[in-house]
Amino acid sequence: MLDQTPSEYLERKALRINPLKTCQPVGALYAALGVRKCMPHSHGSQGCVSYHRSFLTRHFKEPAIATSSSFTEGASVFGGGANLKASIKNIFDIYDPDIIAVHTTCLSETIGDDLNAFISEATVPEGKLVVYANTPSYVGSHITGFGNMVASFIKQLSIPTSAKCDKIGLLPGWVNPGDIRELKRLLSLMGLEAIILPDQSGVLDSPMTGTYQMYPEGGTTIEDIIALGSVKAAISLGYACSTEASLAIKGRLNIETSLMPLPIGVRATDNFLMSLSSLSGQKVPLDLESERGRLIDLMLDANQYFHEKKVAIFGDPDTVEGLCAFCLELGLKPLYVLTGTPGDSFVERVKKILRSYQETYEVKIKAAGDLFELHQWIKNQGVDLLLGSSYGKQIAKAQDTPMVRVGFPVLDRYGHAYNPIVGYRGAIRLAEMIASTLMDRLDRDCADEDLDVVM
Amino acid sequence: MMDIKEAILSNYKAKVFKSRKDHILDLASGQSAISANSRAVPGIMTNRGCCYAGCKGVVVGPLKDACVITHGPIGCGFYSWGTRRNKARSDDYGRNFIQYCLSTDMQEPDIVFGGEKKLRQAITEAVTLFKPEHIMICSTCPVGLIGDDIHAVASWAEKEFGVKCLAFSCEGYKGVSQSGGHHIANNGLMKKLIGSDDISPIGRFPVNLLGEYNIGGDGWETERILKKIGYDVVCVFTGDSTAKAIEKSHRAHLNLVQCHRSINYVAEMMNKAFGIHWLKVNFVGLKATVKSLKDIAQFFGDSDLIARTDEVIEQELDAIKEEMDLLTERLNGRKAAIFVGGSRSHHYQELLKDLGVETVLAGYEFAHRDDYEGRKVIGEIKEDADSKNIESLIVEPDKRYKAILSEARYQELKETIDLENYQGMIKDMENGAFVVDDLNHYETIEFIRFLKPDVFFSGIKDKFVIQKAGVLSRQLHSYDYSGPYSGFNGAVIFGRDLLMGLKAPAWRMITPPWAVNDPPNNPEAYRDLKAPEGSQALESRESLANIKPIESDLSSEAQHA
Repeated sequence: MLDQTPSEYLERKALRINPLKTCQPVGALYAALGVRKCMPHSHGSQGCVSYHRSFLTRHFKEPAIATSSSFTEGASVFGGGANLKASIKNIFDIYDPDIIAVHTTCLSETIGDDLNAFISEATVPEGKLVVYANTPSYVGSHITGFGNMVASFIKQLSIPTSAKCDKIGLLPGWVNPGDIRELKRLLSLMGLEAIILPDQSGVLDSPMTGTYQMYPEGGTTIEDIIALGSVKAAISLGYACSTEASLAIKGRLNIETSLMPLPIGVRATDNFLMSLSSLSGQKVPLDLESERGRLIDLMLDANQYFHEKKVAIFGDPDTVEGLCAFCLELGLKPLYVLTGTPGDSFVERVKKILRSYQETYEVKIKAAGDLFELHQWIKNQGVDLLLGSSYGKQIAKAQDTPMVRVGFPVLDRYGHAYNPIVGYRGAIRLAEMIASTLMDRLDRDCADEDLDVVM
Repeated sequence: MMDIKEAILSNYKAKVFKSRKDHILDLASGQSAISANSRAVPGIMTNRGCCYAGCKGVVVGPLKDACVITHGPIGCGFYSWGTRRNKARSDDYGRNFIQYCLSTDMQEPDIVFGGEKKLRQAITEAVTLFKPEHIMICSTCPVGLIGDDIHAVASWAEKEFGVKCLAFSCEGYKGVSQSGGHHIANNGLMKKLIGSDDISPIGRFPVNLLGEYNIGGDGWETERILKKIGYDVVCVFTGDSTAKAIEKSHRAHLNLVQCHRSINYVAEMMNKAFGIHWLKVNFVGLKATVKSLKDIAQFFGDSDLIARTDEVIEQELDAIKEEMDLLTERLNGRKAAIFVGGSRSHHYQELLKDLGVETVLAGYEFAHRDDYEGRKVIGEIKEDADSKNIESLIVEPDKRYKAILSEARYQELKETIDLENYQGMIKDMENGAFVVDDLNHYETIEFIRFLKPDVFFSGIKDKFVIQKAGVLSRQLHSYDYSGPYSGFNGAVIFGRDLLMGLKAPAWRMITPPWAVNDPPNNPEAYRDLKAPEGSQALESRESLANIKPIESDLSSEAQHA
């Protein structure tokens, strides 16, 4: 496996090998699937959306609908206006969504298609909506595209108003439906009602009923997106995913917003709950405190299996930052912390996390990295555990290193999208997965006389 | 009886109706001409991919000894990385680049100022790291638009590094589907690789296996059988294959064409340039495999080879007979729908027939009319703006051209084994079946409602749409992470997988016990309510009821009730 990867390191300026990111449009598509009765639409050639639908379907094991402008060579030369207008008509005719969320591709961005103009010229049925986001594939990553689409929903739909309701806004960032369900539970326990944008729960974890529903019962409603302008405050999770949307909430809707890390691990969840507490004026309930207590209990129980185990963490920036913090809380030792998404602020934030846990050993931290580089690092100094997305399994096999799949994408396992990694429950789940994986390895590798049945 | 085609089309408005109506054939109506290889309707949820997917994803990607560099932003390279299950073991020199995704990951400045510099640097880095003998450059959409000359870069790389460098201008917007990309890839292989190795030794009865991408190990099973009989498989295009093998492929005596759509260009061009004959084969299905093996033996006409072929066929069939009989008994009478790329929708009908399963609907994602109706219609196919944009290479006889067969022998074989021909899918289909080109999401759901197949074979984008509708869905692009399905052993694995899917205990638990008499919560009852009166759907349910009930019966919702 990966036999061509040399351990001698070569500084690369141009060649990306085994990427740890993909392009903006798929993020926009994922965000749009979190809106009720929304058809995501890719303004480009049809291969893009075919890839994106396949990719999301493989992660969630769920239908992922989206349409395409199906550019041909002619459209690429003369502009995609006619294709987009025809698409909008056909989508409303055939699929009858309430809203179409158009995103661009490298193709339509390169030829400079003006989506705003095309959409304003398109025939949109009464009561239906079309929004759009610019998501050039050659800038940022899928995370950038996700953030751009969420920001576009807010900028193009939410109506600022001085009359505030009692709800808060919550931008969960790029997480799984299971995480959103957990965030909802936390909000409810904290006595808060929230508008969550986007909300893929119910959409990308819809139940098997024997009847296919093209628009399942999940997703943020359009009314709620509009009403986001009237929430009393908002919380945006994840710097990489939610900065853009957070700025839109603050700037356009004039709503007080805190941008904070995904609540992964103890302290990040503590902080999240304290923020909720200050918004609701309600104390953190005993139930949640007990849940926290159970997490800490588990962390102490299994401490000896976590202690100073070297770990490589890779994936999307917000998730990786959260995982890095939780690893430090568990007593694990992150050696490599890597994201494929570009942005120096990731490195700064990870450094800050390490400092906050008083860790001073040398950690390799990189944004805009790739799995080839990570593998080269590991070949030079190995780790005890890989923590990240599915493509890491190649390195796991090559180096015979145990791996816990977490983040995005997880293409080769089932059930992961149902369950959270956020909150104390998510942390309990992560701790159990990590401990079990490390301990399975111990059992596999130890001599017969060392196989402990009691631990 | 209500006309199903009409019912489905009736939900389309004028323009869409017009462009879709000729893509749907009701074979019972006597229609035989189909519209294919034309533009998908913008906004329709087509399953099609793009030119890049056809070129890099299908044909070029499986070459394990080549560094395939995607020139473009990161997405396209990423999505085509390890997603097609074209299996490969390391080559003789220990190389296997299949596990790697190489891309120039173009950024905004590269789009603005041009990406050639970055491409040159990426090639330099690939050469430094991997020392490949072959490099392939595959373009994505923006590359063609900004005018990067990848062919000039390829020439530069050949001079600079002494490698062979092939450039494929397979931008996603070219053509109307993956099909254009296959053609572009075929052209590139013909121009630069085929015919460049006259030295490597070639064995007796040399054949190439064309259009076999070794999905799930299919190519390995087919090769196993061919080698057992005594053929030298010179080169496989392109599953588990190498650029090096392609270089000597012109020295085979017969090209076996498995996937006609993606590789018939190479077969035709090698025929013109080197005199190599081609034969449409199908190693999916037992009868189909047996026929293919006998046809190949006929071509070579060697009596020992013919005897050995019969001997191997007998051995192989004997070895699987017991299990195939059992599987057939349990699967007999089921109905299937198949929607795959450009060949498998035909091939798998043969295997399903072996198992007693009837195909009620079949369609291709990116085929041309000849894949449906046979090569006899090629002359009738009019070029349009999209197909004109894909280069057709004019091939002249090479100086190494040699006639493998005498004219008399050729004529004789043309009659008996249908050399250089493909008769298409439709001729093998039952009268009451439907043929749909470029089947889309809406039509899939509608056909399920009307035809009620027991299993729907399609791809990942459809899989869970179909499953959610209560119908077993098996992926025939990736074999749902199983395989091989080809040859003798593959037929058994396929049968097992199909039965496994139908038997899944969860099918019988969909409706909670408290909801069995509550139509809105009972999908079986709900679908009956929705099916148009007198439609084939009801008939097919009756015919299902006549099937000998087996323990694994999918329609046991009723029993459960």
